[in-house]
Amino acid sequence: MKLNDPLTRYVVRLGDDALIMGHRLSEWMSRAPFLEEDIALSNVALDFVGRARLFYQYAAELMGGEVTEDTFAYQRDVRDFTNLLLCELPRGDFAFTLCRQFLYDAFSLPFTQALCHSTDPQLAAIAAKAEKESRYHLRRSSDWMLRLGDGTQESHERCQNALEQLWIYTDEMFECDDLVNDLVVAGVAVNTSSLRSTWLETVTETLRTATLAVPESQGGVTGGRVGIHTDDLGFILAEMQFMQRAYPGLQW
Amino acid sequence: MSDQLQLYEVFIRSSRGLDHKHVGSLHADDPHQALEYARDVYTRRGEGISIWVVASRDITASQESDCESFYDPLDDKPYRHAAMYELPEGVDSL
Amino acid sequence: MSDNMSLVPNEQKFQSRIDAEEKVEPKDWMPEKYRQNLIRQISQHAHSEVIGEQPEGNWISRAPTLERKAILMAKVQDEAGHGLYLYAAAETLGITRDELIDRLHTGASKYASIFNYPSLTWADIGAIGWLVDSAAIVNQVSLQNTSYGPYARAMVKICKEESFHQRQGYNIMMTLMQGAELQRDMAQDALNRWWWPSLMMFGPHDAESAHSAQSMKWKIKRRSNDELRQQFVDQAVQQAQAIGLVVPDPDLSWNEERGHYDFGAIDWQEFQRVVSGNGPCNRQRLAHHVEAHTEGAWVREAMAAFEAKRRTARAEVA
Ligand SMILES: [Fe+2]
Ligand SMILES: [Fe+2]
Repeated sequence: MKLNDPLTRYVVRLGDDALIMGHRLSEWMSRAPFLEEDIALSNVALDFVGRARLFYQYAAELMGGEVTEDTFAYQRDVRDFTNLLLCELPRGDFAFTLCRQFLYDAFSLPFTQALCHSTDPQLAAIAAKAEKESRYHLRRSSDWMLRLGDGTQESHERCQNALEQLWIYTDEMFECDDLVNDLVVAGVAVNTSSLRSTWLETVTETLRTATLAVPESQGGVTGGRVGIHTDDLGFILAEMQFMQRAYPGLQW
Repeated sequence: MSDQLQLYEVFIRSSRGLDHKHVGSLHADDPHQALEYARDVYTRRGEGISIWVVASRDITASQESDCESFYDPLDDKPYRHAAMYELPEGVDSL
Repeated sequence: MSDNMSLVPNEQKFQSRIDAEEKVEPKDWMPEKYRQNLIRQISQHAHSEVIGEQPEGNWISRAPTLERKAILMAKVQDEAGHGLYLYAAAETLGITRDELIDRLHTGASKYASIFNYPSLTWADIGAIGWLVDSAAIVNQVSLQNTSYGPYARAMVKICKEESFHQRQGYNIMMTLMQGAELQRDMAQDALNRWWWPSLMMFGPHDAESAHSAQSMKWKIKRRSNDELRQQFVDQAVQQAQAIGLVVPDPDLSWNEERGHYDFGAIDWQEFQRVVSGNGPCNRQRLAHHVEAHTEGAWVREAMAAFEAKRRTARAEVA
């Protein structure tokens, strides 16, 4: 599936981030450390899947209705998916999942806030909804940073390890390619490179309180935006798309 | 060591003008977290606009054995209830 | 009456409260057997909700559309919520959730046997929502009147949430039946596999039910296993027919006189086999829960440690 229109590509990109993040979070259902958290994590997962649907529905509309939200989720291969690598990494242990969530939420909140000002009214409307969710997500994941970082030695180590592993994937959030730059000029997209300092401030402040160290920068791994993924995405898609691939063209 | 979390009671105001009502309980580490979990557990369908949580152990409850001394004495004052006063014929409401 | 005479005064008072349809509340005096019986029933119910997350949960990642995925996530999440409401109700009887989970893990406490069957195809998600949730609802509606207050109130909340579960399951089946032949076959196959286990969900026939008589007297249970099962069959048969599904029971027929469907004999040997641990997925279901709980221990310990540190800090300030 080839997407040419820049706006559509941008919208699908945001949908991909949300879908893959939601997918990873949903893997926790029935596996959380206790029931309350099982339910809370599911809520966050639902928020992301809901967000993905809004972006994909808008993209489908932009394409003139010959496709649906499901086309984007179920009929594209790995090379067509343009999510951040951060989102697709396997869920790991609870520390890894919550650290990923925290690093992403600290980005997602200023991002959705900025996107509320998009000149594209549909994007702005989706962002307005997402911003409220992100506010709650960040509150939750920051809270977990404190509890796990300043909990036991084991929880502290697990968090610190997770942060070290995740850190190289955070650069990609602030990367702006030509597609984004052009849309920024048009007032449609968010210039994410300008969000880095806000993000780093939030992260540094929270980690400090949580007695965790901010990992040293070792550069960044990128590629998600051009469809160069880790091996993991292929397995997500194999599972997610199984029905549509095994029984194409049917209504479910 | 015990990893048992604390028990909290959850009260929700379902809309403006109504009292907070007890809806159930949950486990959490502290009141702050209890409030967040209450939101996730008890308002998944927009059931409320305001939540209270209180540690179950902080509730002082009357005992069943207190019943007689607590409530029976309050039960002998029929004159506090409007129903005691009969209305004359022709007066339907007062 | 003469029966009541043999009871000690407390028990007499208790039974007359029950007979008068008054609810029993947590701090009330209650016979120890009543308490134990309730703990057994409520915790079994709670475990069922939580273990029940698994057969459906394993299709979340494979749901065929985004809408179905979101619906299924919400549904499975609700089941976790139901488990939580019920554990909380059980806790009011003076037992901790930890102890209850421990009983589940050691096998001292059971969960609904139906969740020991696998969900093999997407149609199973339809069949579970439609049949298993329907059967659960029939039972739960009757329990809204159970004599123990916290249990009854949990049931009211749960019943409110259940209605969408059943609808979404039936909607999946309906969509399949309106689709291609392979979809209709998939739906029929799922019904064939889930029908009898669903009937077994109501437990043994009244005559053979170990706990029934006392539970009915105490109004922990409000309607008998066979009554509830009959109500379920009457509803489900109609629903199956409406979308062209064939209930896999050659003996099924409408009994004009009774105003109910007659149905074939339940294979209780199969029921016993699964209850006693040899269903297709018993081991996996329990292992999954044990693993999640064990793997979560360090998180719960971290929380406790964090809270303890803060308590000390607060004490120092004060
Ligand atoms: Fe349920
Ligand atoms: Fe249900």
